[in-house]
Amino acid sequence: MNKLILIFAILAFVLPSGLYGQQINKAEAGIFLLKGGELELMDDGRIKADLLIQDGLIKEIAENIDHPTAQRIDCNGLIVFPGMIDSGTRLGLGEVGSISLTQDHNEIGTYTPQMQALTAVNPNSVSIPVTRVNGVTSVLTVPSGDRFPGTAAMIDLLGYTPNQMYSGFKGLVFNFPSAGRRGWWDSRSEDEIKKAEKKQWDEIKDFWDKAKLYNKIIAGGKKPDYNPQLQAMVPVLNKEMPLLIEVNERKAILSAIKWGSEQEIDYILTGVSEGYLVADSLAKYDVPVITGPVLNNPSRNSDHYDVAYSNAGKMQKAGVRVAIRTNETENVRNLPFNAGFAAAYGMEWKEAFKAVTIMPAQIFGVDDKYGSLERNKIANLFVADGDPFEPKTDIKYLFIRGYNIPLESRHSYLYDEFLEREPGLDGN
Amino acid sequence: MKTLHIYFFVFFVFGLISAQSETGDVLIKNGTLITITDGVKENTDLLIKNGKIDKIGKNISTGDVKTIDATGMYVMPGIIDAHSHIAIDAVNEGTNPNTAEVWVGDALDPYDINIYRALAGGVTISHAMHGSANAIGGQCETIKHRWGVMNPEEMRMEGAVRTIKFALGENPMRVHGEGGRIMPATRMGVEQVFRNAFSEAQEYMKAWEDYDNGKSDMAPEYNIRMEAVSDILKGDLMIHCHSYRADEILMLMNVLRDFGVEKICFQHVNEGFKVAPELAEFGAYASVFSDWWAYKFEVYYSTAYNAAILTKNGVITSINSDSRELIRHLYHEAAKSQRYGGLTDNEALRLITLNPAIQLGIDDRVGSLEKGKDGDVVIFDKHPLSVYAIPQMTFVDGVVRFDINSDPADMRIEVDPNETMPAFMEAVDHEHDDSCLQGLNELLFDK
Repeated sequence: MNKLILIFAILAFVLPSGLYGQQINKAEAGIFLLKGGELELMDDGRIKADLLIQDGLIKEIAENIDHPTAQRIDCNGLIVFPGMIDSGTRLGLGEVGSISLTQDHNEIGTYTPQMQALTAVNPNSVSIPVTRVNGVTSVLTVPSGDRFPGTAAMIDLLGYTPNQMYSGFKGLVFNFPSAGRRGWWDSRSEDEIKKAEKKQWDEIKDFWDKAKLYNKIIAGGKKPDYNPQLQAMVPVLNKEMPLLIEVNERKAILSAIKWGSEQEIDYILTGVSEGYLVADSLAKYDVPVITGPVLNNPSRNSDHYDVAYSNAGKMQKAGVRVAIRTNETENVRNLPFNAGFAAAYGMEWKEAFKAVTIMPAQIFGVDDKYGSLERNKIANLFVADGDPFEPKTDIKYLFIRGYNIPLESRHSYLYDEFLEREPGLDGN
Repeated sequence: MKTLHIYFFVFFVFGLISAQSETGDVLIKNGTLITITDGVKENTDLLIKNGKIDKIGKNISTGDVKTIDATGMYVMPGIIDAHSHIAIDAVNEGTNPNTAEVWVGDALDPYDINIYRALAGGVTISHAMHGSANAIGGQCETIKHRWGVMNPEEMRMEGAVRTIKFALGENPMRVHGEGGRIMPATRMGVEQVFRNAFSEAQEYMKAWEDYDNGKSDMAPEYNIRMEAVSDILKGDLMIHCHSYRADEILMLMNVLRDFGVEKICFQHVNEGFKVAPELAEFGAYASVFSDWWAYKFEVYYSTAYNAAILTKNGVITSINSDSRELIRHLYHEAAKSQRYGGLTDNEALRLITLNPAIQLGIDDRVGSLEKGKDGDVVIFDKHPLSVYAIPQMTFVDGVVRFDINSDPADMRIEVDPNETMPAFMEAVDHEHDDSCLQGLNELLFDK
């Protein structure tokens, strides 16, 4: 961590002044003392206390902190929240939706687990500041595509290189085959659908067996032929990296639990839009779930209108560990509103807030550093004048890795420039 | 002969009856009324009779009118979506840069489940629009969400202003220039499509005028496309124009000035904020997304503060959905104008009530809680700009069309008996494209 700060300090020093302010004003390094705010501690409620940020960490939380050099920030009447984590996005991997050459999340090929999302993260994506000003400080950025599209990475929304942004978790994506019709345009017969599914599974089994064999050869101390696809599977087979199994339909979820439990691997289910129908099974096998977007249409015409709103809450109440994602690129900023809708439709507020903070941190195994306001955790946090799920609430301060981040983005700059445009009408 | 007259009479009466839609009576007691035009009234009653707001006041008592206790609840006018594509089963006639003659009103689908889902989000009226494949697209239809009717005629909002879809920028350029190698391939070409159509329509109108005045002996050939474009020039058909960039917005206003067209509502209009003073001067309306951007290049330089900038510059602005998903929570989309630009509660709620009503030319009928207006009302359990607000009941013409306490899962009216394997929509990767290319995207581009 200290090394990272050093890199930042050096970068700040050597960056030519021409780059300064090109997009967003610089983040401010320093020691910050947040005085008099209420701290959101989730299971421990809200307490009034001071919080000291130093060396990129939450250095201390106590009732009355004094520090000789720290910059004091008056938080009276405000609430301090841990930064929110979106557990499924394409942030940094896509810039302009319809222009394919700006889209880096979807590689060609059916089995491409070696594709690294982290490689293609654009630290200067305009969407990053747009996202973080709403209190989202970290995201999982995920490749999409065919069967095994690649490896996702968790990043903090600050930094000038992907490695700087990387926050220590990776997961390998597996798009679980879904039986059934994909939509009104899917005109295949029932028979064709079943045949297609069987073919998919034959391929998956073949690939999986090869990966296991490859891993066995390595474990035996031998060097197999160069095979990047199979090599990418090794950390999963050795339980060093979980499989992120994207699955949504009820029956497919049950198959995924069965399949996942049969393999000797760690796995997380993602999507899980019909999880509410099989919540007991998810709870029984203690399968962690990343679900969302909450602001989404039902998957079936016969569904109740609120199934996407209420899904997360129903699973959580059944005892499932649930994190909430947006599955977004440029509008990851809507994460708090997705959590808000889950809270409106049955999830307790505290549980909805955990679903975008400590729960993803725990599921990703980085809760020693992320997800709550605790001493020695990374100082990813924000200060607001109210409930961050409410659109009316204002975010007042934002810290990522202890840096004081300006609450600016291209969107706010355009507001500043055009609210009272000069020159106005006809040059006046 | 006499019997024939009677037959005609019977047919005439039946025709009137069948187009007549159901109205209802209801008394909503003791709610917090958000009137939009006359402030917020606490502990107030609202009486709807024969589908119209009959009385607003304290302690209204009536005979045996169905009464709903709205104590602790918020009552507001039904939400209006000035841009959607639900309840129609054809969106784009993408075969010519000008298809002014087609009309989505010919393709209304009362069975579309999205109507019910919109009602569950408090939306009582939507503007079912033609798509944006053509510079001059088809005519649109303003519909009331009378879920449960099976006659498409009963969905139309009787008396609504006639509207037609125009489109600027990438979509018509992509479909016709890139796709068909014909004009328009550029924003220059888009301008000329309009100028050509308006000029031809002027000649067409002149030819008919000459014939009608006896100046010419031969009747001109009847042209249904030119009839529609003529109606625009006469002010009988209002333009709603899909638009993004500031330059193309200015272009169309200049064309309209040259041809004497005075009314327009720009749709999407993501860069409207850059030319807000010009829009205000023209008197043009703007119907925008709350926060969509970056799904194509022409919306890369846009801002979620668009609605706030436009509003504060005096442009009559609405927030629309253009999406089966967003239409379900337009109250939340309106609330984002408070995060992005700090609009007041009333300014924010006007974006989804009175302002879209003005844009659709139906503000004498709907958009606020006022005596004499239609009984289109939604009841929320919390303030509608709160993320925790849930619509409880939605009324159209005083008839309950959504009630959260009588809301089974499967609300389809029509179920296909041959459907053995029902479609399951996987979580959509990325729905954030304007659905204006609907029908073309799925069939032409993505495959």
